[in-house]
Amino acid sequence: MMLKKGFRFDARSCSGCKTCQVACKDKQGHGMTTRFRRVYEISGGAWVQQGASWHQNVFAYHLSMSCNHCDKPICVEVCPSRAMRQNEDGIVTVDENRCLGCGYCAFACPYGAPLLDLSSGVMTKCDLCADLLREGKSPTCVAACPMRALELEDVEDLRQTLGRGAVFPFLQPTLTEPNWYVALHPDSDRAADGQARIANREEVEPK
Amino acid sequence: MTDSKSPARRIRVGCPAHNCGGRCLLIAHVENDRITRLETDDRPDVVEAPQLRACARGRSYLRRQYHPDRLTHPLRRVGLRGEGRFERISWDEALDFAANELRRVRDTYGHGALLIPYGTGSYNQTGGSGVARRLLNLFGGCLGIYNSYSWGATNIATPTVFGTLTTGNQRQDWLNSKYILMWGWNPAEMRDGTNSDFFVVVCIDPRHTPSVASLADEWVPIRPGTDVAMMSAMAYVMIEEGLVDRAFVRAACVGFDESQMPVPGAESYEDYILGRRDGVRKTPQWAEAITAVPSETIARIGREYATTKPGVLYQGYGMQRRAYGEQVVRAGCVLAAITGNVGIPGGWASGLAEQAPDGGGLWNVLPQGENPFKAQIPCFLWTEAVLRGHSMTAADGVIGAEGLTSDVKLIYCVASNMIVNQHADLNRSVAILKDEKLVETIIVQDNFLTPSGRFADLVLPACTQFETFGVGDGWKYGDEVILMPQLVPPLGETKSDYRICAEIAQRLGIGELYTEGRDERGWVEHLLGVYRERRFPDLPSLDELLESNVGVWARAVTRPAVAFADFRADPQAHPLDTPSGKIEIFSKQLYDMERPDEIPAVPKHITEWESPFGKEAQRFPLQVIGHHTLHRVHSTHDNNDWLGEAFPQRVTMSPVDAAARGICDGDLVKVWNDRGATILPCRLTPRIMPGVIDIPQGAWWSPDKQGVDRRGSVNVLTSHRHTPLAFGSAQHTIMAQAARYEDER
Repeated sequence: MMLKKGFRFDARSCSGCKTCQVACKDKQGHGMTTRFRRVYEISGGAWVQQGASWHQNVFAYHLSMSCNHCDKPICVEVCPSRAMRQNEDGIVTVDENRCLGCGYCAFACPYGAPLLDLSSGVMTKCDLCADLLREGKSPTCVAACPMRALELEDVEDLRQTLGRGAVFPFLQPTLTEPNWYVALHPDSDRAADGQARIANREEVEPK
Repeated sequence: MTDSKSPARRIRVGCPAHNCGGRCLLIAHVENDRITRLETDDRPDVVEAPQLRACARGRSYLRRQYHPDRLTHPLRRVGLRGEGRFERISWDEALDFAANELRRVRDTYGHGALLIPYGTGSYNQTGGSGVARRLLNLFGGCLGIYNSYSWGATNIATPTVFGTLTTGNQRQDWLNSKYILMWGWNPAEMRDGTNSDFFVVVCIDPRHTPSVASLADEWVPIRPGTDVAMMSAMAYVMIEEGLVDRAFVRAACVGFDESQMPVPGAESYEDYILGRRDGVRKTPQWAEAITAVPSETIARIGREYATTKPGVLYQGYGMQRRAYGEQVVRAGCVLAAITGNVGIPGGWASGLAEQAPDGGGLWNVLPQGENPFKAQIPCFLWTEAVLRGHSMTAADGVIGAEGLTSDVKLIYCVASNMIVNQHADLNRSVAILKDEKLVETIIVQDNFLTPSGRFADLVLPACTQFETFGVGDGWKYGDEVILMPQLVPPLGETKSDYRICAEIAQRLGIGELYTEGRDERGWVEHLLGVYRERRFPDLPSLDELLESNVGVWARAVTRPAVAFADFRADPQAHPLDTPSGKIEIFSKQLYDMERPDEIPAVPKHITEWESPFGKEAQRFPLQVIGHHTLHRVHSTHDNNDWLGEAFPQRVTMSPVDAAARGICDGDLVKVWNDRGATILPCRLTPRIMPGVIDIPQGAWWSPDKQGVDRRGSVNVLTSHRHTPLAFGSAQHTIMAQAARYEDER
């Protein structure tokens, strides 16, 4: 089964405030370093001085990223112990009893979603707040967003209006078909042309 | 994974009231006297009464609440002052010490020797410096303070134009605007977040802020401290191209040109802009050399703002915490006036901008009583009152009396990290506090042993907001009353600020007077009555609010109020509270002060006392700004590890400046000037203009063995020189040098 509801993410409105990241940590009871949701700061552009004035073409946008419960979850595909699986409702979860902690899934996932839990030695990941969904509530990250840039909406509707996220540095949605539908920031094209970099690597890379 | 079905109680509670300027709602899960999770507002989300969704600081609060470094019992200093060595003492010993010292200093030096410094670490009515002011006022008084570190210059300058601080429309009115100039305003990191469905949003700021990334159509980087030059050149374009709203200026303003001068023959605003007296036409080319903004950009923004109506020129407060900070406030107000954007829906008068129609939130409602000691100093000048209080007069900003009678000898610091971390020129403050002959007694009351706490003789451990009753309102924006019911018992031996003060009051023989028989809950019940009487007649009782567990009571804004709407409709019938009754582009009050170089009667660009244009720039060529980061609320949350992970403390620098210094991304960098130095990792980014570096303010001063700060505490670099009119903080006016640092540790 594929997911019925996916993330709508508005890259034009995200301010990079990381409330989603922190609210998720609170919901999950995580300590330091474990971040099911992370926020990428992408920026580029240069400065030129002409006489007394500075000219620039600087741009920046932010991407809030978690597991996208892909329609073609590569983490499930590569898992040697069949611990990673896609449930009936489309949510991708890890069976801790089967997981070997080998990390193939983390290596394969373009979105950095599966993380190794150092205390238990097995992989851990976002489950879309399945408990809250059952109660008819939104996932914690969605309910947290002060800019209203992250929503969970019917996939059918999302596909009418937005494409799956194909935005630097996540440019190949065809690989896994993520349920991450993105309203692009106007400077996304420049970033895709190689004019941008991840500006906050220390804040988003696994530790 | 099914926590939401656990026996935890879900209690709606206001986010602990630090001084972020907003006020949001949390839903605390409480189980066995412990808070286990924090959700946020789940009411319907509508423009008229939007959900008050807490930011990362609120959502990570449990890392502060259950931080291992929380103070749990009183401490008395045993080493040298500032050394950081303390011994545990009992509450009886601590409270006796506090009461005895208050009596001793009062008896020896008088009430004017007692000071409660500015402090905004807690704002929930039963916590923070307000409860201590009530104590000392009942005790017979203490040296008063006035004005603000946050908005010192605009607090004084805005009324010189408009006669009031209530110059803002209710924020829902922004949706009626066609053009918004966010001038040094960064709501995405501060408060008031909005959405960008406007026609055009332009952000003028030395930093490409999160607000630029998420709200703006255009970023105009500008050299810090030069905003008035750009504003003046915009006015030049408007005058030259006939874009000034002459009808409105004629009807509603004084001082624009020679036809409406309160002092005949004095220099009008038009005279200044066209250079009739000083010989300098304030052209976009003139401004380009000062601001580094291309002249064609300045001219275009001037045209756009003058012709795309209605428009908002919203001033952030950072640019008025600078040398001559009064000028940028007045200049922004003048642009709003001459474009006719005052008093109309979708417009904005600029200035401090408390919200129409009544000034908005009440902030502090706990009755503090009247201070029997009448003299007050500007809050920013407390070190002067320590060093030379007895000689301070009106020339130093003293009001309420001709002068002071003594120096400050006892400091009682409640929910305040001001005496070390947040005041300007930190190393100077530290030297003053170390001299026990100056301030004889320092009492610090807080949740943690802050850098200020390290300099205490007595440390009193306060509980957090979650551990007592409190209440707050929507502050600068928002029409809400937000309840903060006690969720869990106080940690260890901690007590609420109110309880500590009540017990000191008991020892001073004014216990009953202080409490009026109320505990914290009793005061909250009482204060809901004050809100009911003064702003919200339909506000439910405390019992009703607790029973319904709504946490917040909101009054929807369906028709946003517009400041100066009456005045706009009929300036004669509804005059302003200025000497002329009109918008004072020229202020006779300021003219009469006879200090035209620093306090001109019309707003002018004045080169700052430390700037890229002075000789100081040869040694210290970089401008340093210290923006408000999402990591902290001022210095609160600096030790919150989740926020440190999300927003690491870095000096940000342009690759242009880094290349010139051989600095690479991530290097340790030393930043210094004649006042101090700090060493911290850097981040290189094009999102800050060349020549400017940024060290987010509020990091806790952490000196190494050589006394050099290792955490990026920007106040080791700042100056205690105050703005000329308001005696306000000018802490953002800093020049410094930076270099790669090889750590020898």
